[in-house]
Amino acid sequence: MSRSSAETGASGAVSGWAGRKLASVSVLPVLVGLLVAVVLYSVAIGRYDLSVRDVAYILIDNVHPLVTPYWDPVQEVVVEQVRLPRIMAAVIVGFGLSISGAALQGLFRNPLVDPGIIGVTSGAGFGGTLAILIGLQSYLLLGMAFLFGIASIFLVKLLSTVRGRTSMLTLVLAGVVISAFFSAAISVAKLLADPFQKLPAITYWLMGSIASSSYWDVLLIAVAVVPSAIAIHLLRYQINIMSLGEEKARALGTKVVLVQWIILLASALISAGVVATSGIIGWVGLVIPHVARALVGADHQRLLPVSGVIGAIYLLMVDNLARTVSTAEIPLGIITALIGVPVFAVILRRLHAHGGWSGD
Amino acid sequence: MIEVSGLTVERGGKTILRDYSVSLERGRILAVLGANGVGKTTLINTLVGVIKPKSGRLSIGGRVGFVPQLFEVPFSYSALDIVLMGRARHLGLFSAPGKRDFEIARRYFHMLAIEHLQQQAFNSLSGGQRQLVMIAQALASECELLVLDEPCAALDYKNQDKVLCLLEHLRNEHGMTIAFSTHMPQHAVEIASDVLLMTSGSSYVCGPTDEALSPENLSDLYDLPIARADFDGLAKHTYAPVFRHDGARFNG
Repeated sequence: MSRSSAETGASGAVSGWAGRKLASVSVLPVLVGLLVAVVLYSVAIGRYDLSVRDVAYILIDNVHPLVTPYWDPVQEVVVEQVRLPRIMAAVIVGFGLSISGAALQGLFRNPLVDPGIIGVTSGAGFGGTLAILIGLQSYLLLGMAFLFGIASIFLVKLLSTVRGRTSMLTLVLAGVVISAFFSAAISVAKLLADPFQKLPAITYWLMGSIASSSYWDVLLIAVAVVPSAIAIHLLRYQINIMSLGEEKARALGTKVVLVQWIILLASALISAGVVATSGIIGWVGLVIPHVARALVGADHQRLLPVSGVIGAIYLLMVDNLARTVSTAEIPLGIITALIGVPVFAVILRRLHAHGGWSGD
Repeated sequence: MIEVSGLTVERGGKTILRDYSVSLERGRILAVLGANGVGKTTLINTLVGVIKPKSGRLSIGGRVGFVPQLFEVPFSYSALDIVLMGRARHLGLFSAPGKRDFEIARRYFHMLAIEHLQQQAFNSLSGGQRQLVMIAQALASECELLVLDEPCAALDYKNQDKVLCLLEHLRNEHGMTIAFSTHMPQHAVEIASDVLLMTSGSSYVCGPTDEALSPENLSDLYDLPIARADFDGLAKHTYAPVFRHDGARFNG
């Protein structure tokens, strides 16, 4: 008995530190490779036909000309001005929503949480709606969405802080309350909007699309998502500890309040940036972390980057569907919901069947 | 190690503990006994710094490791993940555990003879195994005071014995100071050098086990006659309740 346990112990030691590194190293590069392939493929597909080889040459030509340009200037414009910014936007949006979803699920110790739960999504949605209603466009619209998104997280935090302490449960409830409030406010704005011009504009913007993304939009999303994602990733081990519960985390010596604030602000920034530029894209931050967890386990050190990359691949494929399935664009938010809901239902049932999640 | 004087703790505007004074020297084991809801968990949470006391002095002369009651995690972490989290206080806000942290975590798996559990999902472990993993987590934080909230709750006799043996071993061989709460006076008799009997939020008895742990005090504590029973032929004794079986206190 003791001998057999000693042997398992020794093999456990082998797959220990090195083994973990190996696991994270082997899954992540495969996914990153897959992402690059999907990006190249995405640039190639569409109504203007291109081969992956053409795409690769056109792109590499910017860095270092390998061959004399044999392609049509129109092809170059399609690749570099039309498709690439949109693809970059999809990658960043998918990455940001998924990494913040994974971080929030850990922080709230609840696998049913997504960035929408903390109220930012509908806050930002209302900001954008209001901007369209009073006739603000482009950058001002983005700024308004951004502003209301960040404001809503402060409101949620204010509502849920009693005597200087915030419980995660009241925070989630406050998020639901603020979401409901801003959803009602959006309805009021729609009611007031001119039904021939502004109402359709609001409706389509809320449904979510990155169809008209320019490099400026990409820059704006990147400014919101990249620093936030880095902050979340740096806190990967602290999120593990926070997922044991606030009291346990405090007893283990973690700076609970600081970690909560950084994660909440980073997630708010990501959601606000995404909503401002691409409208409301639901279900990505909720579903993707579950897929990633099935692949690499619950440890956030591996889960966060893997979630991000899977999210990027997923949203890119969804966007490809959105622009190629019919001659008219299909809003992204519709497809992510249509795919996300059934996938989530399956995951939920499997989680219950395997008991991998204690439903508190 | 523990110096508590005039401690008053409130939760949600309600005073749970009033004017508690307890002290425990280094290398001793304190057992905390009391009825459900009297404030054992509140006292323990205050000791480990989860709750801030309203007034009074609380000084702990070293790092504290905390083993909460009946622990479950919402995600399927491995036992090794859980023990590694004990390294939190030794790591910066933005850093992750490195080779040395893995070595320390593994050392305690070895010490508690639970190496075979390392890669298993924490939530799939039995209650006794979970308790050992949580103790390993506390030890991995390199604590000098170990505080456990009902470490033997929901464990069978064999596992209770295992946990008690471990606590005694940690005190004897590693000079650890230990405080734990329990519902069984027997646990105090077996390993505790000191006991704290919490009769209510404002009255308590605290002292060395052989003085403070008496049938009279225990009877007060549980509002039930409690008798001392000596084991024949063994230099051991225990305390047993004399249950009343009076249906008279119910209405109908």
